[in-house]
Amino acid sequence: MNEQSSIIPTARQEFDRELGRLEAELILMSGLVEKAIFDALQALKTRDIDRSQRVIDEDDHIDETELEIERYCVELIRRQSPMAGDLRRIVASLQIAGELERIGDYAEGIAKISITMGSQPPLKELIDIPRMGDMAVSMLKRSLEAFISRDADGVRVISVELEKEDDEVDDLYAKVQADLMELVKSNPDNAERATYLMWVAHNVERVADRAMNIVERALYQATGELVSGTTQIETTPD
Amino acid sequence: MALNDTDLLSQAGSVENILKFDDIEPVLESNDLSVAYSGQTAVSGVSLQVPKNSVVSLIGPSGCGKSTLLRCFNRMNDLIPSASVTGKVNFAGQDIYAQDVDPTEIRFRIGMVFQRPNPFPKSIYENVAFGPRINGMTDDLDEVVETSLRRAAVWDEVKDRLNDSGLSVSGGQQQRICIARALAVNPEIVLMDEPASALDPISTQAIEQLIQELSSEVTIIIVTHNMQQATRISDYAAVMMAGEERIGRMIEYGTNEQVFGNPKDERTEAYVTGRIG
Repeated sequence: MNEQSSIIPTARQEFDRELGRLEAELILMSGLVEKAIFDALQALKTRDIDRSQRVIDEDDHIDETELEIERYCVELIRRQSPMAGDLRRIVASLQIAGELERIGDYAEGIAKISITMGSQPPLKELIDIPRMGDMAVSMLKRSLEAFISRDADGVRVISVELEKEDDEVDDLYAKVQADLMELVKSNPDNAERATYLMWVAHNVERVADRAMNIVERALYQATGELVSGTTQIETTPD
Repeated sequence: MALNDTDLLSQAGSVENILKFDDIEPVLESNDLSVAYSGQTAVSGVSLQVPKNSVVSLIGPSGCGKSTLLRCFNRMNDLIPSASVTGKVNFAGQDIYAQDVDPTEIRFRIGMVFQRPNPFPKSIYENVAFGPRINGMTDDLDEVVETSLRRAAVWDEVKDRLNDSGLSVSGGQQQRICIARALAVNPEIVLMDEPASALDPISTQAIEQLIQELSSEVTIIIVTHNMQQATRISDYAAVMMAGEERIGRMIEYGTNEQVFGNPKDERTEAYVTGRIG
């Protein structure tokens, strides 16, 4: 369009490349987090203490990845002074990295509970909690897909679908709680082992909530709409 | 989307992308304003409402007609013999291009500050007193000079050297003296054409702060290429764009938050994110 045309696209292309790298880092982090949740629940089910310990150890890697993404976002904001869609993309990435880090903490929390349980078998056969886990991990994957698509209509469709799935996870969580309470009522000696599984179920339920937060960030990136989250930040029991 | 497509860039913004104020009377409003130089259209069909005591940025790539549009708002284009203006610019209840309107009076009420500081080769005092003096003010002008220099946030720096040449101070101070000169005749609107582009970062910051302070009592329309500056200082932004035929059109007008945060027109998005420029 003018004499600067030969320069500006090059700088812009470089920025696009950097934004692509940011996205790749988030996808990588998401993969680490999904694996952590899967491994933590598998280790709980199979009573594999070593595997639980590896989940705890690998959480440091997730935390470090979050910090790297955070530093990279700050660097991009400082250097590129992003506007409009670019700014929303970086801000959303920053927030999603935080959500993923917290999901990693939930996996670590489940692994710690598993180790605390020691040689004790779970109070009841693990059926509903793994189902909750599968649904929560599926929600996480789809929320990331929504973010990467940057397609407003697509994000809205996924958002509505995930809301339904989140309700199903909540229902399962309520069922797990009710079942465990029944077991405690029938025999108060079950209280300790019931509490362990309550914590696990709570952590898995929170993963689904975090996936909802991610899809809200995907919506913000694609449309600029800020949706108020209904979920509360809670700490994972150590 | 092929953003370099000539037809696309030449299109005016759709009506819903142009902010209209239903609840307030704009201090300045252009209706279907067009400018031509020697019969060649440079700006076409701009309808823009400027609320009182707001800061409105005009942004867009080089050659899109921002400065041409700005000069229409106080009839500065009258000074260019080949320029012709059609459409209306309503200010204070009248069309400033009506036959019975004195352009000199308009230029007092709608002042202008240019890209490069242009103090007269006179003392700082005389630079500021110039407007009131030729406006017929014969009283003691000391108070007007001091008030204007204070409003332009340069009084403390020049109060002990008012008799020095306006050209003897730094570029940033010269620009603020020029702003004081414009303010001395109590304008309702000040037009600024890249007022900080020739200044260092500290002077730029002083000008930006000044613009924000002045906006409580004066309306400011500013042309700037600095996107961050526009984001920092303006309440509203109008985006101009021209295709290969070089006819500038307004493609979007909205709040600062809209234009720089979530533009409605994809050409605005492309411009503010540096994809076209």
